[in-house]
Amino acid sequence: MSAGFQSRRAPLLLRVYAFLVYAFLYFPIIVLVVYSFNGSGVGGFPPAHWTVDWYHQLFMDAALWDAVLNSVIVAAVAVAIALGLGLPAALALDRTDFPGKALFRRLVLLPLILPGIITGLSLLMLFVAVGMKLSLVTITLGHGTALISVATTEIFAGLQKLERAQEEASLDLGANHWRTFWRVTLPNLRVSLIAAALLIFTLSLDEIAVSFFLIGRDNTLPLEIWSRLRRGITPEINAISTLILVFSIGMILLWYRLRTRLQSADESAAPLVPAAIQGESA
Amino acid sequence: MYSRAYKTAVTIPPLLWVTIFLLVPYAILFCYSFWSVSSAQTIVHNWNLQNYLQLARNPIYLQVLFRSMRIAASVTVFALLLGYPLAYYLSFHAAKRKDLLYQLVIIPLWASYLVRGYAWKTILGSDGVLNGFLQYLHITHKPVEFFLYSPFAVIITLTHIYTPFTLLPIYASLEHIPRNLVEASHDLGASPWSTFRRVILPLSLPGVLAGATFAFVLTLGDFLAPLLVGGPSGIMISNVVVSLFGAAYNWPLGAAISFCMMLLVVTLLFITERLEKRLVVS
Repeated sequence: MSAGFQSRRAPLLLRVYAFLVYAFLYFPIIVLVVYSFNGSGVGGFPPAHWTVDWYHQLFMDAALWDAVLNSVIVAAVAVAIALGLGLPAALALDRTDFPGKALFRRLVLLPLILPGIITGLSLLMLFVAVGMKLSLVTITLGHGTALISVATTEIFAGLQKLERAQEEASLDLGANHWRTFWRVTLPNLRVSLIAAALLIFTLSLDEIAVSFFLIGRDNTLPLEIWSRLRRGITPEINAISTLILVFSIGMILLWYRLRTRLQSADESAAPLVPAAIQGESA
Repeated sequence: MYSRAYKTAVTIPPLLWVTIFLLVPYAILFCYSFWSVSSAQTIVHNWNLQNYLQLARNPIYLQVLFRSMRIAASVTVFALLLGYPLAYYLSFHAAKRKDLLYQLVIIPLWASYLVRGYAWKTILGSDGVLNGFLQYLHITHKPVEFFLYSPFAVIITLTHIYTPFTLLPIYASLEHIPRNLVEASHDLGASPWSTFRRVILPLSLPGVLAGATFAFVLTLGDFLAPLLVGGPSGIMISNVVVSLFGAAYNWPLGAAISFCMMLLVVTLLFITERLEKRLVVS
């Protein structure tokens, strides 16, 4: 196969086209980063007066850092909720049968594909109905609930690749189900679990459509940026955007290092790409 | 094989959570859609179909819905036109650089939605980078206004955001095509083009379908890009919902629109799932 179709050079036209698509994907990101160092504002051409003033201003901006802290707390708890429920949900889908299982699967996965506005609004109505005040708690519940879908697909994909033989051996040797779960299943799932956690953390930090409806007095970072966008834009927003980008890329690199370290002889490493996105009917 | 206790432990907690935080809220949303708002701005719980009748009678809502569907269809087509060739290039021609080039598609996916939307705002604005560039080259002498605050701006921004989403399932289905089929087609004398058309394209259709569904549904429910770059002519159906839940204060009508959107999305998912199954079987 090595000498076959695979290694054939692409026609020139296809290579140029592929390059142009990459250019389209990266052009806005590059512009954003370049203009975060631009002394004369967010627009215009060419950029002039290189400066790091916007970053200075950013680091002095207490309201923004409060929002960052809020976002990190929300994301951390959302990861706990989503994994805490996504793991049993994935196990239930993989290993049990119960009436209404198909419906359950659809319901859990629905927030993946349903526009965020619907999840956000229906949760808003729930919180209003039970008289719960909107705050970071309601946002966290919203993120946790919406992201169970990501945790479930990611862990379910990991379970499907898992060698059952080890678990069966453990059971045959007299360990009960709980012991087998803690000593065999969970350690074997760690790559999927970490992948899911990193992904959910990043998605929660970035989430805005659901948060938009569940916001109380305290802003998360995306909502803080959003409220500033409405007041007019300065390269300070480019600067914070650049930092968010650097953070996301950092998360990916971290994931790579972890994966290479964790990856044992088997090839069962979870893909960096959420199984969620690979095919929603997973 | 698994004990009853094990099955209960993995089934009940996610089932309960999903019922409380997804099923009940959707049910509340559905109830709201039959209520109304009194002149004193309180919700009146008298059940009727007024909201749905109003949606059917008032052409404004249908107009906005059709515009949203047009925008969503455009984004889907563009995302496929950009995503498919790149996925094909990655799968069949990227050879040694495959991993790296694939990850380059993933990075923008992890980059914040808001950051990318904001980047386009700074590019397309009347004092933006594009206008600055055009004036710098003396192609135009005044800022071109229609770049920003138009359906065009919404389409380009959302195409940028959803192209990687569309590419991934396509890439996954291309990767699943047995390479010996492609080899056989070559050996039997088919040209690369007819190999593509008669072997590769048909086998990748399930991925195309999944990617297209993603792009269409996520665009259809988007309300942030229209607020960020769309302007009045770029208003979409979700923006109507947002205003009904905000300044216009008519939750019941907003709930009715949301429910229709939900119905639309679920129907679409149902149809594509059916189609996908038929494609895979044949």
